[in-house]
Amino acid sequence: MNRDAALRLTAFDDVSPRPAPPLIRTCCLSVHYGAKTAVRDVELDIAEGAVTALIGPSGCGKSSFLYSLNRMTDLIPGCRVTGAVRIDGTDVCEPGVDTVLLRRRVGMIFQKPNPFPMSIRRNIELPLKEHGVRGRARRAEVVETVLRDVGLWDEVKDRLHAPAQGLSGGQQQRLCIARALALEPRVLLMDEPCSALDPIASGVVEDLIRRLRGRVTLLVVTHNLAQARRIADATGVFWVRDGAGALVEHGPTDAVFERPAAEETRRYVTGLHG
Amino acid sequence: MVDALRARRHRIEDLAAAVVVWAAALGVTAVFVWILGGLLWRGLGGVSWSFLVQAPRDAGRAGGIGPVLVSTGLILAVCLAVSLPIGLGAAALLAEFASDRHLFGRLVRRSLDVLAGVPSIVFGLFGGVFFCQVLGMGFSIMAGGLTLACMVLPILIRSAEVGFRSVPDEHRHAAAALGLSRASTLFKVLLPAAMPGVIVGVVLGVGRAMAETAALLFTSGYVDRMPGSLWDSGRSLSIHIYHLAMNISGGDANAGASAIVLMVLLLAINLAASFIASHFLQRGVVSV
Repeated sequence: MNRDAALRLTAFDDVSPRPAPPLIRTCCLSVHYGAKTAVRDVELDIAEGAVTALIGPSGCGKSSFLYSLNRMTDLIPGCRVTGAVRIDGTDVCEPGVDTVLLRRRVGMIFQKPNPFPMSIRRNIELPLKEHGVRGRARRAEVVETVLRDVGLWDEVKDRLHAPAQGLSGGQQQRLCIARALALEPRVLLMDEPCSALDPIASGVVEDLIRRLRGRVTLLVVTHNLAQARRIADATGVFWVRDGAGALVEHGPTDAVFERPAAEETRRYVTGLHG
Repeated sequence: MVDALRARRHRIEDLAAAVVVWAAALGVTAVFVWILGGLLWRGLGGVSWSFLVQAPRDAGRAGGIGPVLVSTGLILAVCLAVSLPIGLGAAALLAEFASDRHLFGRLVRRSLDVLAGVPSIVFGLFGGVFFCQVLGMGFSIMAGGLTLACMVLPILIRSAEVGFRSVPDEHRHAAAALGLSRASTLFKVLLPAAMPGVIVGVVLGVGRAMAETAALLFTSGYVDRMPGSLWDSGRSLSIHIYHLAMNISGGDANAGASAIVLMVLLLAINLAASFIASHFLQRGVVSV
């Protein structure tokens, strides 16, 4: 970690109300696709319970970085991750790590809502059953709780058996968040969760993200700078440097937007660039 | 002036194209109507309830097709019981686990292409040697069903593979992100979504199996008694028709009636399949 970044992190610790060891710490994390390096040497600490926004222009490795945190990169042919991702002290990049358990603790929400082609209820029950939540009553309870959490319960309680793909885009995305929450993850990775939604649905999801702060650690990739300012405690800025994505700045959201240290960030957040 | 001429030429071209397309469609329909009409004309009088349940008498000239229907059903059941699990497994392997560059996957795919092009009489000869003689099954429903299974496997696997491939990657990502194991992803997410492709494969496969004569001649044989077990020889409907039409003088009427039964059965299977497929569509299992 370079000294500037270290200083800024210290500054961030000072302003946060209760300084705690970071839940996630990446060391020299790089993601390669074949011979191409998508993102290089990312050093980033994420505090537990915080909302962290990852911003930057397209193609600078934000999503690749996000995918590496719960080993979704395993699913991409030709993708290779080097470096370390420590979540709660364990390096999840080690070959022996059980990705099924890892992804239960580190959930993911995608850009395009992706409910399974089955009923609303079964969308949530399927992963619950998979992770050993026994008993119909217990599962029904979880289904109701998480649907209430995402504000969907009143909209769908009379048609839980209806196909999830009949819901609107915003409802589908909230269902996907509910489905992820049902597993009680510690971390939720969100890859542009609002970019496929209209402004109103996007606002609803944004409110939801704010409500989840403190309960789940959230990393949100977004292209919407205003959204990043509204929802995020901390913000990381990615940029292409020397042909590969890099984390050029990271700190409390206000500081990043008002007193950016990197020239790229300054131009980006003031709308001059990117 | 030139424009008017061009417009005129375009209209004539359109008209010609329309005539060609309609004529082709009409031609196809006419052939179908001709075959169906001829069959109904010759055989409809012979189809009755007693024809469906009675045993054939006088080498099939009189009586019905009861045992033949039972044998056909049993042969099909053996064929599907064997080919469905193997076919689905192979399709899942090809679509989900063996990439296009994978040597094993390429080998399996190439073998299937070759198998799909093999004439059914060759399958019959193979079954007659391998199942009947080498494995000692003799002329039996089991041997016939297994031979048919070999024959329909390529069709079944290819359709099911297309079904699996048509499932969007989003579902695979969603399943992985929720910590579903690969097995659960396959059985609980991908298989239901791939169902229409699987059903198409089953219908094509059953259609081919029901219509098959050559592959069964040397394997299930043509004993027309009611089969007592899967190890008995049994005559399938298509063989019954072939036998009556070719070898039995005076068997034409019953051959026609049997052919009507066969066509109705095939039609029923097709309808049932499209009904099941639309049921899946309604449940939202498949996004259109």
